[in-house]
Amino acid sequence: MPFIPHTEEDINTMLASIGANTIDELFDEIPAALKTGSLERVPPGLSEMEVSRLMLERAEMDGRYLNFIGAGAYEHHIPAAVWQITTRGEFYSSYTPYQAEASQGTLQLLYEYQTIMASLTGMDVSNASMYDGASALAEAALMAVRSHKSSRRILMPTTVHPVYRSVVRAIVKNQGIDVVELPYCKQSGQTLVEALDEFGKEEFAALVIPQPNFFGVLEEVDALTDWAHSKNALAIAVVNPMALAILTPPGEWGEKGADVAVGEGQPLGIPLSSGGPYFGFMACKQALVRQMPGRIIGRTTDLDGKSGFVLTLQAREQHIRRSKATSNICTNQGLMVTAATIYLSLTGPEGLRRIAAQSHANTLALLEKLENCKGVKRIFSGPLFHETVISLPAPAKDVLQALKNQRILGGLNLDEYYPELGSAMLVCATETKTSADLENYTEKLANAIDNL
Amino acid sequence: MLIFEHSRPGRRNYSQSPATSAEIAGIPENLMRKAPPLLPEVSEMDAVRHYTRLSQKNFSIDTQFYPLGSCTMKYNPRACNSLAMLTQFLARHPRAPESTGQGFLACMYELQEILKDVTGMAGVCLTPMAGAQGELIGISMIRAYHESRGDSARTEIIVPDAAHGTNPATAVMCGYKVVEIPTDKDGDVDMEALKAAVGPQTAGLMLTNPSTLGVFEKNVAEMSKIVHEVGGLLYYDGANLNAILGKVKPGDMGFDVIHINLHKTFSTPHGGGGPGSAPVGVAPRLLPFMPVPVVALENGLYRWLTEKEIPQSIGRLSAHMGNAGVLLRAYIYVRLLGAEGMHRVAEFAALNANYLMAELSKAGFEIAYPNRRASHEFIVTLKDLKESTGVTAMNVAKRLLDKGYHAPTIYFPLLVPECMLIEPAETESKETLDAFVAAMKEILEEAHSQPDLVKNAPHTTPVRRLDDVKAARELDLVWKQHSA
Repeated sequence: MPFIPHTEEDINTMLASIGANTIDELFDEIPAALKTGSLERVPPGLSEMEVSRLMLERAEMDGRYLNFIGAGAYEHHIPAAVWQITTRGEFYSSYTPYQAEASQGTLQLLYEYQTIMASLTGMDVSNASMYDGASALAEAALMAVRSHKSSRRILMPTTVHPVYRSVVRAIVKNQGIDVVELPYCKQSGQTLVEALDEFGKEEFAALVIPQPNFFGVLEEVDALTDWAHSKNALAIAVVNPMALAILTPPGEWGEKGADVAVGEGQPLGIPLSSGGPYFGFMACKQALVRQMPGRIIGRTTDLDGKSGFVLTLQAREQHIRRSKATSNICTNQGLMVTAATIYLSLTGPEGLRRIAAQSHANTLALLEKLENCKGVKRIFSGPLFHETVISLPAPAKDVLQALKNQRILGGLNLDEYYPELGSAMLVCATETKTSADLENYTEKLANAIDNL
Repeated sequence: MLIFEHSRPGRRNYSQSPATSAEIAGIPENLMRKAPPLLPEVSEMDAVRHYTRLSQKNFSIDTQFYPLGSCTMKYNPRACNSLAMLTQFLARHPRAPESTGQGFLACMYELQEILKDVTGMAGVCLTPMAGAQGELIGISMIRAYHESRGDSARTEIIVPDAAHGTNPATAVMCGYKVVEIPTDKDGDVDMEALKAAVGPQTAGLMLTNPSTLGVFEKNVAEMSKIVHEVGGLLYYDGANLNAILGKVKPGDMGFDVIHINLHKTFSTPHGGGGPGSAPVGVAPRLLPFMPVPVVALENGLYRWLTEKEIPQSIGRLSAHMGNAGVLLRAYIYVRLLGAEGMHRVAEFAALNANYLMAELSKAGFEIAYPNRRASHEFIVTLKDLKESTGVTAMNVAKRLLDKGYHAPTIYFPLLVPECMLIEPAETESKETLDAFVAAMKEILEEAHSQPDLVKNAPHTTPVRRLDDVKAARELDLVWKQHSA
């Protein structure tokens, strides 16, 4: 019996102690009419050897591609030590650290994580993580509405990841919160303050500011932050944590800095893995800490005055406050944050900066090569981090298909989200791409265009 | 020592980041970072040693018996981890075309079908990333259902007082008012109170069955009838599905929507508090409102269905498709168990729970619902012990840590005083349970003979009792150089 240790003798002794004749008797409080329990569509059990073979076949069916897709999930090198340590049973198979004295490993690690994320974002405090970047943004919007009190409007640039925008809508709509979408500049690909004034006439709780934005373009974050504050609203930053190795942290944007910073933590040591599990991060100004959702770890002392760590500010949470909690969330993405903290310890500040800079440089180098291909153009003039939108002389769908046939994933087709851009795709080249990879991609793209 | 305290300026790992420092071009000065972030500057060995040592300060399933009630701390098979971490699975980009992920999608589709069968639901969506998100999605679907019928007068969600805190918190996040109903003396929902609470304002009822009191709600069929008769829908919180896996299907109990905690029943890792994964299952009338994406099999190809195919969908709740890697682990687990293994899960979870309850009762512990069968968990109340010795459930929990056991869930559910909710899970052997009973017995004796020993526990953990009040009053959430 897989994963069940009981011998025949154990079963008999245990039933005798209970005073039952059969295991079935233990279910005698369940009305007979409800006991259907046949599982026709569950296949018979396989041995570990058989399952291994099955999974290997499935994995090989998917194969490996040279990947230039980013769009919110980025391929970076992950040092071997990251997942070897993360999957140690003591991290992998422990639970939420309710018993602090028996969970100091996880708790201290989360405190170190909070410290790093606060510093990376330039904020005062960080929570212990959220589900993913999109849901972290939704929670930030709810947090802004809770703290603003009089407005239930959120201003959302259309340069924010389109899927993040739909996740925010799905999560906040039941609470009567209005998400107002803002236009972007067709030339620069940025959200311009000049274009926002008409949306600021009516009160709003927060302006969301992406950096870099979905197009890979850098926004004028100082002006946007100051504009939000001038309207008595919060500035919510949505940032790529890898980019923060070289970009101004949200806490230093404009005169007063953004109020909340959220984003997708995946670039920090988490494999692409078809989309998850990743983790969202959230950091904020000290004044907002009691409005923050999710787990928060604090340092304190024990009976002997020795330093130790606990879950703190639990009075915000569902298991204490029930219907009055700041959110229904009860997990963080503990294991993912474990990986991210180890990743950041291995890169250090200089390693992280080099990875970010190399990703930036690779994308610029790729762009230069691609612009030499017939009919390929960079669409937006705004400065970029490690991703860019290019327009193509043939339908993006066909170009991507042709590249895929040569085992290259060329980018994300934007026609679903931004049909106004025509045939366009979003391309990313992280530090994992060599100059030979860039050359290979350019050549295959040029061929694909010629043959279409 | 914190990782930052191992840090030395200029120390770094040369082989794990680019050898040269690339030039940054075209980024305006005001957008560039001025000072580097506070990241540790340590060698690979320093980092490995530091985090290995930290891990050793944790209790975990791999190292200790972990009978945390309502959390189903069963063994996490290693094969599930190593096979979900095959290179191709890890490297696959979430926006890669479906044609490059047929192997992965086949696993997802089969998992979806297996979960439908196990729960008796008409449709399953795999994407919710945790139990609380499954709840949010479920209640959003109930709302969408009523709204699609122009039924806007339904403003209340009914929740029993024994429910997890996430239930009322979720109802509020979905814009509902929460109506709490009491539990009767046998641990079942008070049926008279339920009848009095329902009406045209009822949007639905959220129920955990077996309940957090560790008993099966015998009247579930009648409850379902009462709520459905007034036009409300039933939500099943699958936190305790392990107790009835392969025995009863939530769909057969009349539930319209459910969530399944894969990190409980399907043995995916708890990871120190996540990632979770909580697929939702729906009855036919809620199929049009399912969140997206959902995997479909069409002409021999697996593909994602999105808002285009499910136009009334409540939408997307995650940036991609939920916690894919966790879903793969659950898939591997169900293939290892097979149908026969799945029936055994509930059987042996119930055997272990009822045995442990019987043995603890014989050892002198008071069982909260002694006339009931335990489901996969049960409650001990230490009210009398506290009155006679001053030793609380918290003290006993901490003393268990000294004896090498993780503590059960304490002070939940809130309605049983000085309670311990104990869930042994099916993967534990009789010897482990017997040793736990012996430890509990010792603590009971200590509570009378040396109560201070118990009250001041733990004594052997890396730190002793920590000051929670100080933690909340003097907030120290991030390390600063000068606070060292």
